[in-house]
Amino acid sequence: MTSEAARVAGAPARAGARISQEKRRRDRRNRILLWAAVVAIMVFCLFPFYWLINTSLKTGQDLSTAKIFPPNPSLDNYKSIFEDSNFTTALRNSVIVSGITTALALVIGSFAGYALARLRFRGKFIMLAIILSITTFPPIAIAAPLFKFWTDLGIYDTLLGLVPPFLAFTLPLTIYVLASFFKEIPKDLSEAALVDGATHFQAFRKVVMPLAAPGLVTAGLLSFIWAWNEFLLAITLTSSPSARPVPPALAFFTGSQKFEVPLGTITAATVVVTVPLVALVLIFQKRIVAGLTAGAVKG
Amino acid sequence: MAQITLDKLTKRYPDGFEAVKEMSLTVEDGEFVILVGPSGCGKSTALRMIAGLEDITDGELRIGDEVVNDKAPKDRDIAMVFQNYALYPHMSVRDNMGFALKLRGTDKAEIDKKVEEAARILDLEQHLDRRPANLSGGQRQRVAMGRAIVRDPAAFLMDEPLSNLDAKLRVQMRTEVSRIQKNLGTTTIYVTHDQTEAMTLGDRVAVMRSGLLQQVGSPMELYNHPLNLFVAGFIGSPAMNFMPATVEGETVKLPIGDVRLPDEVHGRLGGTEGKTLIAGVRPENFEDASLVGDARDRGSTFPAHIEVLESLGSELYAHFTVASEQQIESQELRELAEDVGGGEVPMAGEEGRIVARLDPASEVRVGQESELWVDATRVHLFDPEDGRNLTTDAKGPAAVDGGQGGRDPEAAPPPAETR
Amino acid sequence: MEAASAAVRQKQKRRSGFSAERRLGTAMMAPSLVVMALVAAFPIGYAIWLSLNEYSVRTPGLSRFVGIDNYTEALGDSRFWDAFRATFIFTGISVSIELVLGVAFALAMHQAFRGRAVLRATVLVPWAVLTFGTGLLWRSIFEPNLGFAPSMLSALGLPGGDVLWYGEDGWAMATLIFADVWKTAPFMALLLLAGLQVIPEEVYDAAKVDGATAWQRFTRITLPLLKPAILVALLFRTLDALRVFDLPFALTNGANGTTTLSLHAYNELTKNRLVGEGSALAVLTFVVVMTVSFLYIRFVGGNIRAMAEES
Repeated sequence: MTSEAARVAGAPARAGARISQEKRRRDRRNRILLWAAVVAIMVFCLFPFYWLINTSLKTGQDLSTAKIFPPNPSLDNYKSIFEDSNFTTALRNSVIVSGITTALALVIGSFAGYALARLRFRGKFIMLAIILSITTFPPIAIAAPLFKFWTDLGIYDTLLGLVPPFLAFTLPLTIYVLASFFKEIPKDLSEAALVDGATHFQAFRKVVMPLAAPGLVTAGLLSFIWAWNEFLLAITLTSSPSARPVPPALAFFTGSQKFEVPLGTITAATVVVTVPLVALVLIFQKRIVAGLTAGAVKG
Repeated sequence: MAQITLDKLTKRYPDGFEAVKEMSLTVEDGEFVILVGPSGCGKSTALRMIAGLEDITDGELRIGDEVVNDKAPKDRDIAMVFQNYALYPHMSVRDNMGFALKLRGTDKAEIDKKVEEAARILDLEQHLDRRPANLSGGQRQRVAMGRAIVRDPAAFLMDEPLSNLDAKLRVQMRTEVSRIQKNLGTTTIYVTHDQTEAMTLGDRVAVMRSGLLQQVGSPMELYNHPLNLFVAGFIGSPAMNFMPATVEGETVKLPIGDVRLPDEVHGRLGGTEGKTLIAGVRPENFEDASLVGDARDRGSTFPAHIEVLESLGSELYAHFTVASEQQIESQELRELAEDVGGGEVPMAGEEGRIVARLDPASEVRVGQESELWVDATRVHLFDPEDGRNLTTDAKGPAAVDGGQGGRDPEAAPPPAETR
Repeated sequence: MEAASAAVRQKQKRRSGFSAERRLGTAMMAPSLVVMALVAAFPIGYAIWLSLNEYSVRTPGLSRFVGIDNYTEALGDSRFWDAFRATFIFTGISVSIELVLGVAFALAMHQAFRGRAVLRATVLVPWAVLTFGTGLLWRSIFEPNLGFAPSMLSALGLPGGDVLWYGEDGWAMATLIFADVWKTAPFMALLLLAGLQVIPEEVYDAAKVDGATAWQRFTRITLPLLKPAILVALLFRTLDALRVFDLPFALTNGANGTTTLSLHAYNELTKNRLVGEGSALAVLTFVVVMTVSFLYIRFVGGNIRAMAEES
């Protein structure tokens, strides 16, 4: 009876040893698969970006080679774009237009976001429908009318003319992101402020806004990036280098030699306008993800 | 300081749901009134209407002599303590407490003086420059109190302010809240679902259920003279025992035996002869028959088979089951069981569980047949249909069930003065 | 008299009760609404007007009302249908690939391992690259014979080395899709990752105990629970892809069957100066995008609507 008990007790123990060995093998396999996937994803995402930098460091004949490292790395392309007033003006234009768009979007977007998230008023559903439908508008559909209006108003081919349409297109996202941030701030807090003697607007300004700072960062970055990237409206509503932001300016880039795609300078310019965005995005990575997904996961 | 008057206050939501139905209540200047009831009974909605955070659908709300229905919260001069405290996370304790004064434009020195005074009362002086996130639950609760005190408002409104504290702190803060209110003498309306808080804190307690005010009175009044089955079952812990009963002449037939009612009670039972009623007996109205002594003839004795004994040292709870032949069907009783939580109210019909609180000196034993005694003067009888208490002559807000029995809510005299 | 005073009180309440909040709500909405109405909604209305007229190229300002002529002309032109087909091929294929890659990426990013934060940051890099620059970048990578991709393929002896890529029908679309997938699949993955993160771990544990294999856990638990996030991400991406403009502009300039609806309308408006027909095309693009989003929300994304209503 004792030996029987021992056998019964021993059997699972041995089986257990076998299982754990198998499990270890499986775990190792999974680990390897995971790392292979991780490396593949990183290469997929980073290699083209690396290629961009790589190309920007090549000059002359090297540009037409597919060498993984620039044979004669040089900063000449960078020097030449910064000597080109068309590019520096475009860079300045992009900063101004995107900056103003973002600032305005945050101010008026936070008003609307707060109203939608917290206030009771008539026509809220219609507002939501309007905001959602604006996100489906193709910019091409308003390009010709705006061209005409802006010409009549004298703001065609000015930086000022770019701000309103950029604002109209960044507002829905800004409102959406901010409203979802406002909703996460406990309602009690604004109610406590009301009871403490605040008006609704004071509750918004003194209690809700300071707490929504992370949301402002997210919404601000998203609208800045949108404005920074915008191409169609920027190219239709401007005609001279003095008003052109970077993306359309790139389309008008000419290299040192005519009739040749100025690949070196274009890639250098792309790197210059991309690196600040990459830096911002990496710094605020978590906030951006949180902002973008704020509504997406709740449904 | 002010009197707060709710005159047929009603809250109806757009979907037609009525959270509060024609609630009338006058809170005297300086009085501490508790709104109590199970969750969803409308007590918080009522409080939020008083604060101005919820639209009033119908009726009139007066603070002092002024109708404030349409006033914004900021113009009502009330302070509120929220369940989750609602401390502003981006402000220090000092700024939290001084926020209302700052909004009002009070000068800095005055704010500092008031905040420090409140901090002293609440023992928060060394925490004034910390952020709420760095405080313990009890400290946060005190800051929330402090924010209300600093303002010296016409009234304090408190929405389950202690429910997020652990049991021990809750008891401690309960005493604190009571002490502060007494010292300041500020009119206070306090919402809770905890009947212990209701019993210990308030000058008067208003019991609510499904948006209707059930009874308003001093804690002891509610305890001893509940107007209906709901109030009887809701107030008191352990809860009142319920069992079927039939009136036959001067005696009441209960599953535990026959009980002879006092004359004045019997006089109120006209027309119930032969009907099945619900009897309610509080645990402490039982006793070990051998320890009753002189009071013996105020009640009657019966044999009980003790199943469980719980001794808490100072008190002894004996659980036993009674069988009953009478079938009793009461919507009121079922709803009470749902509201208060299953199991606490023994359902009559087949077997009912009874809890008796006995003198700790009692020598009853588990599994033994013991002789117990019930105090006949403390037996309540309820109408199974509308839950009305047939044995009491106490009068209340009569909101017991809308439009019942021709009682005009306005004609009802104000609840007995209890302060 | 009693009744009358009650009625008056009722009316007063309706007028003044919480009206401060309502006024503030409307006031706070107003600036956004004005901007969106004046700069987006009104111009679309004007575009419709423009599309109903014919404009003289020689004498600016001269126009006449022609009704739906511009539309019949645009719809009768095979270039519209080419653009229509190109847009839908581009959208269908790139969004599908992005979804598959996005789910795979998201699953990898969801695993617990050291360096996960680095991976999550990395995938944001393509998103941050200027879209127009992306087009140029992929143009250089696929430069016939000389670019990185063809030379690699040749060096490895794989087919595709002698293909002209963006210079050849069919391959040009493939290049365009490749560029779009690179830029947006990682972004899609982040949207889906957030969806994965809200699936409680216990559900997986329960499925394991119930004997589900890893694949079964993926198909029976992950995918159904991820559906809301997938539907939202798909809608966002589909709407973007249908409006794609800068990528083909930079990469192929619409050559070899890569002219999308937006690009076609743009060319008619600016290069060919056909304001009437160009506007008709722009309006048609708008109609296409609206129709797709309407159908999507109507038939696929019930929960998107619920989401909108909830907020």
